[in-house]
Amino acid sequence: MSAVVERITPPVAAPVQRKAARRKSHFTPARLGLYALLVSSAAFFLLPLYVMLVTSLKPMEEIRLGQLFALPLNATFEPWVQAWSLACTGLECRGIQVGFWNSVWIVVPSTIASIFFGALNGYALSFWRVRGAGWLFGVLMFGAFVPYQVMIYPLVRTLATVNLFGTLGGIVLIHTVFGMPVMTLLFRNYYAGVPIELFKAARIDGGGFWRIFFQLMLPMSLPIIAVAVIMQVTNIWNDFLLGLVFAGRDNLPMTVQLNNVINTTTGERLYNVNMAATMLTSALPLAVYLISGRWFLRGITAGAVKG
Amino acid sequence: MASSQPARKKRAAAAQLALLPMAITVLGVYIGTVLWSVRISFSSSKIFPKNDFVGFSQYERLFATERWTVSLHNIAIFGVLFILACMVLGFFLAVFLDQHVRGENVLRTIFLYPYAMSFVATGLVWQWMLNPGLGIQAAVRNLGFPEFQFDWIVNQDKVIYTLVVAAVWQASGLVMAVLLAGLRGIDESLWNAARIDGVPRWRYYLSVVLPQLGPAFGTSFVLLAVGVVKVYDVVVAMTLGGPGNASEVPAKFIMDNLFTRANVGLASAASTVMLLTVLALLVPWWYARSVQSRKLGHS
Amino acid sequence: MSNVTIENLDIQFSGISVISQLNLDVHSGEFLVLLGPSGCGKSTLLHSIAGLIDVHDGRVDIGGNDVTWADPKDRGIGMVFQSYALYPTMTVEKNLSFGPRIAGVAKAEIARRVERAATMLQLTELLHRKPAQLSGGQRQRVAIGRALVREAGVFLFDEPLSNLDAKLRGELRRELKQLHHRLGATMIYVTHDQVEAMTLASRIAVMKDGKIQQIDTPASVYARPVNMFVAGFLGAPSMNFVEGKLECSERGTHFVSPTLSIDVSSYPFFTSPQPGQPAVLGVRPEHIALSPHGTELAGSAIVSLVEPMGSNQVVWLDAQGVSLAVDADAQFTPALDNRIGFTIAPAHVSLFDLQTQQRL
Repeated sequence: MSAVVERITPPVAAPVQRKAARRKSHFTPARLGLYALLVSSAAFFLLPLYVMLVTSLKPMEEIRLGQLFALPLNATFEPWVQAWSLACTGLECRGIQVGFWNSVWIVVPSTIASIFFGALNGYALSFWRVRGAGWLFGVLMFGAFVPYQVMIYPLVRTLATVNLFGTLGGIVLIHTVFGMPVMTLLFRNYYAGVPIELFKAARIDGGGFWRIFFQLMLPMSLPIIAVAVIMQVTNIWNDFLLGLVFAGRDNLPMTVQLNNVINTTTGERLYNVNMAATMLTSALPLAVYLISGRWFLRGITAGAVKG
Repeated sequence: MASSQPARKKRAAAAQLALLPMAITVLGVYIGTVLWSVRISFSSSKIFPKNDFVGFSQYERLFATERWTVSLHNIAIFGVLFILACMVLGFFLAVFLDQHVRGENVLRTIFLYPYAMSFVATGLVWQWMLNPGLGIQAAVRNLGFPEFQFDWIVNQDKVIYTLVVAAVWQASGLVMAVLLAGLRGIDESLWNAARIDGVPRWRYYLSVVLPQLGPAFGTSFVLLAVGVVKVYDVVVAMTLGGPGNASEVPAKFIMDNLFTRANVGLASAASTVMLLTVLALLVPWWYARSVQSRKLGHS
Repeated sequence: MSNVTIENLDIQFSGISVISQLNLDVHSGEFLVLLGPSGCGKSTLLHSIAGLIDVHDGRVDIGGNDVTWADPKDRGIGMVFQSYALYPTMTVEKNLSFGPRIAGVAKAEIARRVERAATMLQLTELLHRKPAQLSGGQRQRVAIGRALVREAGVFLFDEPLSNLDAKLRGELRRELKQLHHRLGATMIYVTHDQVEAMTLASRIAVMKDGKIQQIDTPASVYARPVNMFVAGFLGAPSMNFVEGKLECSERGTHFVSPTLSIDVSSYPFFTSPQPGQPAVLGVRPEHIALSPHGTELAGSAIVSLVEPMGSNQVVWLDAQGVSLAVDADAQFTPALDNRIGFTIAPAHVSLFDLQTQQRL
């Protein structure tokens, strides 16, 4: 038997018409319809952002014309300056920058503290056997779903008793406590994916609880810490209710100030200033979102997949 | 091996110490405050907590208060519409993005960015857009449709729908993200097998993909439902519960009674009712998940 | 059962030609294995036969019909994927009947076909189970059942055993061979595992870089490989290659190398050998015999390693830097680092041109 490598073929009478018809275009009606739907959905989502931006750049005369979607004819940054340094939040009229710095002062320590405790809890739950820890964790997960309103009044009274109510320390403590469920879950799930042999090797090398945590686990957790930072910065910056109740008049976060600026002014409402203030308040979380990209997505799905 | 009894006890102590904050949080905050609130709801507290016991009278008062029953009515309508719209929109967005379109990353960024904004900002922007005199109604009228009406936000019967629109705008990206993650977990060769079976694409999504997305839908539903119960920020920012009480919601009712109107007992009764509602939603879901994972053989 | 004819097939991915001018004839009822390393184009070829990948040029015929541009569902094929691709939320019965239900086949007819397939594949008790509750072998049978229910003329297999452990792989391989015998179906099977190819195929098509190197029965491909690639791909341990030259004299043609020399006068050359022609000798481990006290040796070498396999042993010889594997009897274990002689049966050798690597 011979080894067949080539085969002499008779000329192929391939029908030319069929070839031309099948040059499958990627632009079928279905495909075009798909893109149309996607583009119109994108327009729906982008519309408020566009309106916000455009309104904040118009002088009030243009706004009174009632052309919501029109581009500004005499674009001006005046509303932004006003929003930042002159707008009235309650009694003060120093602009929303006050709220900005308050929010920064709240977000930074709260993020650090909630992530630290989340990592510590996740580490202890994953690698160490402590009696009752599993049960505590279960209730903690449950607690993530409890509406804040049930817990607010007792917390107010507790903090008042220790003189932490209406202080920066108080609001940071509150955020740490309310961030614990999601952060613990995040880190516990992450550490569940770390091979236990690594931990055992560290134990054999003589590591104790704290040493292993600080010198092995935390350095290894940089990816999930990045995700946690993104989640916490976004959630704490955007928080309204807790800041309203616990921060105290001197530390009101930007979201609360924003609401004050817009909904509690007397006289004519300066819509351009309002929109500028809204954009300023949203600037930081949107920047975090745009920069973090996939990490933001990871944060959502990691937090969403419970257990 | 230096693993003697004292050393082992020391290690156990370190772990216990480390978990102490969590224990305090769970017992003190999550359990303690709930119990305390429930206790208050059985008292006649107004501004300050009183230690008496008045049975269910606060609850009776509660359900006789019109603002409360209106808020329940509103939250029900809001909840159903919001969850339905988010799930449907989120599903279609996820499916569309799964079709290997150009600019997939850009589109996904656009669909999800509202979720990065605070609820307050969302409420304020939509309040502005829905302003009858200067917002969308005015703009469309100026375009040459003088009869165009879009003043829902000042209309007692329609204001709740404006809240739905704003909330759906904010949250459908979340559902899309969760469902997209679920879609990506589906075996790719299933589509090839379906092609050979002659299954058209829409039927493939209906009969093969959708059933597999059960867990993802479940997760989305729970996230959305919990958000519904908690909805507060967007109402305060967008309508302040108005016009009148037309867009009142339970969370706002409770906050107003706790602080502004100093009706602590009544507010605690209302929060207990909220808590029970959340439990009623969660327990069946928890049960269903544990049954399913036991069936699949996990622990 | 259908035959498959492929003529002058051209497949391109983003402008790069993956398969060009490929011709292939698959006979009705045969088990053809497409064998080759990763990236050789075997999966691409299979997917283009199935219609899952568009071709750039050429023609694909199944059962006498030109299906080059037809949809997968209109080609009369069934396909078994590496993951079996069973619809996870449907029962076995629904998995089997899904295709015909979509096509609008009458319910009675669907039931008849499902029952027939289930009987043939012993799936009748499993009809109401879901894929997650089936074993690997059962899932394979359901995947095949899907093709049966669609009354496919050709069954396509895309490395269905690659994900399994060795023991299960062997069991399912044997099941598949029996199934082929029972059904008499045309089967085209893609794999990189030469053991699967040898045991299952009625013909093997060895592929490399998008081209079929050789297509023939397993025995022929094994015994008379057409180039060094095919020779080295089949058989384990693989064929030994020794470089040297051909010397022609009155005594006949000899292959000569620093390490060994044998008389190849009776070798069936395609073209007459040139004197001094550089060549490579290929000889399989089982065709070298250790000859400690023998005469007429082909050569001698140092024993560098012995690998006992139980029923036999592989003895590795070091012949001046050239490594030779010898398949030897388990009885006699040569001492390590000792020199030992060996003989080679000239009837079983292959000779290749050093430059072109083609068979001489």
